[in-house]
Amino acid sequence: MSVQAWTFLLVGVTFALYIAIAIISRARSTRDFYVADKEVHPIANGMATAADWMSAASFIGMAGLISFLGADGAVYLMGWTGGYVLLALLLAPYLRKFGRFTVPDFIGDRYEAKTARMVAVVCAIFISFTYVAGQMRGVGIVFSRFLEVDIAIGVVIGMALVFFYAVLGGMKGITYTQVAQYCVLIFAFLVPAIFLSLMFADTAIPQLGLGRMGEDGQSLLQRLDGISTELGFGAYTEYQGSLINIAAITAALMLGTAGLPHVIIRFYTVRKVRDARSSAGWALLFIAILYTTAPAIAVFSRTNLLQSIPGTAYVDAPEWLGTWEDVGLIAWKDHDQDGIITYAPGQPFKGKPDFEETPGSQTAARGTSGERLVSNADTDGTNELYVDRDIMVLANPEIAGLPNWVTALVAAGGLAAALSTAAGLLLVISSAVSHDLLKGTIMPGISEKRELFAARIAAGGAVVIAGLIGIWPPDYVAAIVAFAFGLAASSFFPAIVMGIFSRRMNGPGAISGMIAGIVFTTAYILWFKFIEPGSNNPDNWWFGISPEGIGVIGMLVNFAVAIPIAALTKPPSEPVQRLIEDIRIPGDS
Amino acid sequence: MATAARVHDLYPVPMAGRSNHGQNQQAYFRANLIRIFILLLIWAFVSFGCGIFMAPWLNQWYLPGTGYPLGFWFAQQGSIYVFVILIFIYVVLMKRLDRRYGVSEDDQA
Repeated sequence: MSVQAWTFLLVGVTFALYIAIAIISRARSTRDFYVADKEVHPIANGMATAADWMSAASFIGMAGLISFLGADGAVYLMGWTGGYVLLALLLAPYLRKFGRFTVPDFIGDRYEAKTARMVAVVCAIFISFTYVAGQMRGVGIVFSRFLEVDIAIGVVIGMALVFFYAVLGGMKGITYTQVAQYCVLIFAFLVPAIFLSLMFADTAIPQLGLGRMGEDGQSLLQRLDGISTELGFGAYTEYQGSLINIAAITAALMLGTAGLPHVIIRFYTVRKVRDARSSAGWALLFIAILYTTAPAIAVFSRTNLLQSIPGTAYVDAPEWLGTWEDVGLIAWKDHDQDGIITYAPGQPFKGKPDFEETPGSQTAARGTSGERLVSNADTDGTNELYVDRDIMVLANPEIAGLPNWVTALVAAGGLAAALSTAAGLLLVISSAVSHDLLKGTIMPGISEKRELFAARIAAGGAVVIAGLIGIWPPDYVAAIVAFAFGLAASSFFPAIVMGIFSRRMNGPGAISGMIAGIVFTTAYILWFKFIEPGSNNPDNWWFGISPEGIGVIGMLVNFAVAIPIAALTKPPSEPVQRLIEDIRIPGDS
Repeated sequence: MATAARVHDLYPVPMAGRSNHGQNQQAYFRANLIRIFILLLIWAFVSFGCGIFMAPWLNQWYLPGTGYPLGFWFAQQGSIYVFVILIFIYVVLMKRLDRRYGVSEDDQA
């Protein structure tokens, strides 16, 4: 069977499964819709959280990113896992005990102010939309690459599916489809990884493969360090960037993870406070299976790339090079006209490849070796090869010569990762609109039935907007993801932590702290990413911290503003003091 | 204000004669804070310590029996394993603490 036939089969079967689950577990009340009736088993919630968390970027992009960054890729590995320790110890149990539906619910009640709740609602909606756009795009890419349909049609199919189970099922439907999606995505990630590990390191466990001593008395990592240094890239296992900046980005990602509303809300769905703690542990365990495998895939594909491509004539290059060149994600510009691929640090040409077409026809223009010609301006470097980082995971099965069904499985896994994350985010948007805006502020007297209806309308509207952003993505999607984490780290995380651990923190303090943190972080990111992108380099950064890591400083700004202002204004009221007492104790006091 | 009234309804003034109860709860929370603090120290030590600032220095050794440079192993493998273990340690510690202070959810109907 061809790859395409296999893909249709596997994607069809998994989609049918998701729809069946959604019908069985559809929501009947607002409690079902927002928090799955608070009856989710901690292990099931752990799996759902893991699927919710691991997005198209984790599944498709991360291993490729690490394979190009080497040791510096650790910022994503530690940053996107370490936040769960903060969640389990500092947030999840207390928010579960608080026991209502959303993050703005907590902020509003604890700080006795609608302003605080509104700031939280706006942040939650902004963060979620930023994130969901990338997921819809991921769905589109998988469809176009493996099923050869237009990206727009792929996005519409994805939208229809998410619309169906998020709008019908709410949190309850989403939770159980996410459990299924976790199983699909982790299986799809591990199968090629195990094959690769057997090929490169003679062991079925990828995590051990990297360090395993080969017959020549060297591990794969040591060999890769050697080849990498020889080609001028620097040792793979040594940090290339500044340690301060690496630590800042790691910390910003950790704090951001712990402050992301679609992750926090998952801990409202379990039965007990104790379950909130353990389900964070299960979630991280399930996430760790993928996150410890990703660096292995990164090393296998890096080694393969460096061993098989540099110094090889284009005409003798492996077949996958041509396949991905045809898709436009690999390009080669033969600067020295010797027909041999030179791969070295630096850009091969300016910007993303701009392929030429033969005048008068729709076919690609070819150079003397048969390569596709690009019209980009040259750079000073000797590097001739452009490789898009996103292809590593998707291309691996072909590179390793694996059977067609493995390639199809990877496609189904990528879709599961993108859809599960998108659904979780859409739920946050819908509950922010129907619960926090409508019921919490505009129409407090709204009936349960109408609130549920409003929640469904809001989820539907959010799906459509997210899909449109996926079809016509703004150029700056990647840049605003840093923004989502920066905002979560500088607003939600400190506001919630102070709300739980400080009796003295009050409304004026928390609101001014959140606003100061958001304004600082936003201004820094806007300046370096949009207003003066040319000056985005270590010489101009404050404290040597790049925009990706500035959320940490934003958090400190938040604390520095909130604490003195709270000290100068009235302490929280009696009922709020009792709320603080109450959330700190698991059982009924 | 509507929000304040709602908070007031949900958290009514406790019954008289429960001051002993309150002290017990404060001791429970203090014990909890100590556990959180120690676990977060370990969390920061393996990630920011071993995985980042000490990694270049640790890279002169290998993880015993393998060819993994030690700092690199902490950054890309070890710290993640430690994170998982830390959460489950906290789960167990708190389960015991909840029982000792009689605030476990199992003790209540």
